[in-house]
Amino acid sequence: MPSFDTIVIGAGPNGLAAAYRLASKGASVLVLEAAAQAGGGAGLAHLSYNLDPRVEKAMGLAAHGLDWVARDLATTVLSPDGRHLRLRGAGVEGDLPDADRKAWAALRGRLLRFAAVLGPLNQMAPPRIAKGVGNPLWQLAKIGLKARMMGAKDFRELGRILLTNVFDLLDDELSDPRLKGALAFDAVMGGWAGPRSPNSVLPWLVRLSGQVAGVQGALGLPKGGMAALGAAMVRAVEAKGVTVRCNARVARILVEGERVTGVALEGGEEVRAARVVASVAPKTTLLSLVGARHLDAGLVTRARHQKARGGAAKLHLTLKGLPDFRGADPKDRLVIAGSDHDVERAFNPVKYGRVPDRPALEIVIPTAHEPGADGKHRLSIVAQFAPHAPADREGARKAMLAACLAQLEAQAPGIGAMIESAEIWMPYDIEDRFGLPGGQWHAGELSVEQMLFLRPLPGIAQYRGPVAGLWLASAGCHPGGGVSGSAGWNAALAMEGAK
Amino acid sequence: MTLQASDLRHYETPLLKTPFHARTEAACKTWSWGNWGGYATVLTYEDLSMEHSAIRNSATVYDLCPMIKYRIEGPDATAFLDRLTIRNVAKLSVGGVQYTAWANDAGHMLDDGTLFRLGPDRYRLCCQERHLNWLLDSAFGFDVTIHEETEEIAALSLQGPTSGEILRLAGFAIDGLKPFRMAEFPLASGRLMISRTGFTGDLGYELWTTPDQALALWDLLFQAGKLHGIRPIGSEALNMARMEAGLIITGYDFTPADVCVREDRLRSPLEMGLGWMVDWQKGHFTGKAALVAQRDKGMKWSFVGLEIGGNISAEGAILYHAKKHEVGVITGAIWSPVLKKNIALAQVLTKYAGGANLWAEIYALRELHYEKMMMRAQVVERPFFVHDRRRATPPGKY
Repeated sequence: MPSFDTIVIGAGPNGLAAAYRLASKGASVLVLEAAAQAGGGAGLAHLSYNLDPRVEKAMGLAAHGLDWVARDLATTVLSPDGRHLRLRGAGVEGDLPDADRKAWAALRGRLLRFAAVLGPLNQMAPPRIAKGVGNPLWQLAKIGLKARMMGAKDFRELGRILLTNVFDLLDDELSDPRLKGALAFDAVMGGWAGPRSPNSVLPWLVRLSGQVAGVQGALGLPKGGMAALGAAMVRAVEAKGVTVRCNARVARILVEGERVTGVALEGGEEVRAARVVASVAPKTTLLSLVGARHLDAGLVTRARHQKARGGAAKLHLTLKGLPDFRGADPKDRLVIAGSDHDVERAFNPVKYGRVPDRPALEIVIPTAHEPGADGKHRLSIVAQFAPHAPADREGARKAMLAACLAQLEAQAPGIGAMIESAEIWMPYDIEDRFGLPGGQWHAGELSVEQMLFLRPLPGIAQYRGPVAGLWLASAGCHPGGGVSGSAGWNAALAMEGAK
Repeated sequence: MTLQASDLRHYETPLLKTPFHARTEAACKTWSWGNWGGYATVLTYEDLSMEHSAIRNSATVYDLCPMIKYRIEGPDATAFLDRLTIRNVAKLSVGGVQYTAWANDAGHMLDDGTLFRLGPDRYRLCCQERHLNWLLDSAFGFDVTIHEETEEIAALSLQGPTSGEILRLAGFAIDGLKPFRMAEFPLASGRLMISRTGFTGDLGYELWTTPDQALALWDLLFQAGKLHGIRPIGSEALNMARMEAGLIITGYDFTPADVCVREDRLRSPLEMGLGWMVDWQKGHFTGKAALVAQRDKGMKWSFVGLEIGGNISAEGAILYHAKKHEVGVITGAIWSPVLKKNIALAQVLTKYAGGANLWAEIYALRELHYEKMMMRAQVVERPFFVHDRRRATPPGKY
């Protein structure tokens, strides 16, 4: 068995990004993945919105097989009366008042400008709130300057909306409930917050700071699906000499003499390395893998209290044929959100551990882009909201599936009869499959009190773990999840800077 | 649980009574009471000088019941306490007692106290402040249960040169009991645990039983000690003795971190003169990283004992360097009747902790007019008072 100086736990986008960067600087890196296949969260997502351009370029993902069937997917907002809206960039096709059309174009432009100003924060370690700690003052000043250069009006507006809720923001500008519903849904995707929850705008801005092939705020569908993106990353790290071992679940991070010395796998095998990079959720890393006795009591309490509630379920359907959503283009991203009120109503029962009657759905039909050999169609659906800890998990799963199917039937009559198989992952199923606490997409909620220097927890927000030799490189760290690799890349940069 | 009508009227008598109240109330001739942790406790029974004098010359009984007590047990109890406190708990054998302290993540003191190892996996932690939330938070990941047992234990402190002889006369074979050790004995219809511990720096014991045995214990001691000068003492006399012994009290000599509002008032165990307790080799404990950093960088504050000129107690006095720059504060001071000296405990900036050119600004209130004095303050070793009888085993027959 060859020896490694660095072990990366988790072969998701962040683990692979970190592994690549470390290996390219000369480290010998072993990536340990619990699942049978590498890719991590790339196997959960169905669209790309924030792949880090640094990662994409440096890893040469295109050369390793990443290609796009769609770089800027249009969104069709489904309406049961067939009055669908089609959003493409800033434009809206369909029956919409002119005032809304203009207002949305202006609002979208503004949001993208704000997101672009904040975007550079994603590509650096969060600043520390202390004097003389080596903050990248020049970088921070540039961000501040860019914000100010937007002009007094925009600068003031950014300040006004930054911590507000998306319901009010949309209500200020728009009137059409279909449009407001779809946008409210976009804003709260992957969070545990309804449109009326405080601070629901900021996570939307984070989302809009992402890009696909250089187009900000776009949605991309890789050829072969998101799993292909994960596979390209695996090929890239392997080409750099990184060893990726699947079916290797880490049971414990070994700590001896108050520093990390390696990991113990389930089954007892120990692998030694002086540096361990955990790209699994910080909560899991600290509480389960390292363990309380190697950590300060206050830190353990903060880790236990870190909010990690998933609000999204994932539904996979196999259909005999292509469903008809009243004429909507099946290649589009289809959204069933109803109105802004409906999205909020879908969140309400989840607060109390119950299943909503009418969840909002995001539907992607990859087989509409790349037909399968069997002629069947596969629907990949994100359904919000779903309870992460209902009293009756089995019952909630059944109820959620039934509610999702009813929503689909209302928009595509007859679709139910076409279903050959249906599989739904509730947040707790996602937790079991992907190791994300609470089934939370971002490995810890991406809400303002858990962002930047507060992410994952105050004191360990600069990727350096609380035990010598341990580094955190998870979506649970700044800047959060998606399939970006940003946190992993930032963590690797921090490790270089630490020497 | 149903509420009794009496429970609803608790506000009428907000201070609780200890299990010894029937005796302490009868003995308290000055009617001088104070609030200690929510209990009515005696400040002075009769005469402060006589009470202090008894600590050093005969024997004294002090009601310890309001001291906060936690029982900590389970297979991980030792590991839990090793992670909680700054000392090495694994080195504490069954039947032993350890003076210890604990800090938060930032290395700031939460409290100090005494840790009793009752069994291989069973401990009692006694301290000044309530820490159940911190202990429970610290227990995450450890197979340990924590139970507050303050009200389940009646405790007295028996201190003074004749305390050993009084226990012998009361029928307890304590001759083999060394300092910081404990032993259990039958008492009336219950049990008594005697530990050779105390807060006076003198020969003394602490006696632990259940509340139902409290009055019997009190009576037994006073009967046995009748000819050995036994008397009850209040908190004021004890405070004088602990000053002479150079011991600190949480909330007086430092502000515990969990209630401290001002960032610059936080103090680490190193800054409180407890660096000798820290076991740097035992592995991780809460606050260790912060304490290592402070140890390596040097600490801003130090805790020192002072001898001050004159005979006016320097309580609360500000310390100056060269009579000019403020460099510290006196946290406790008395004129010591035993030493015939004006002594004090103080927080002082480490830079000035050598003691050169240190002055205390003392205000003496004389018939409604303050007289301000700048008195020379000399840094001296603690304890101020120490006597061989404290450690002699078997204890002397005074």
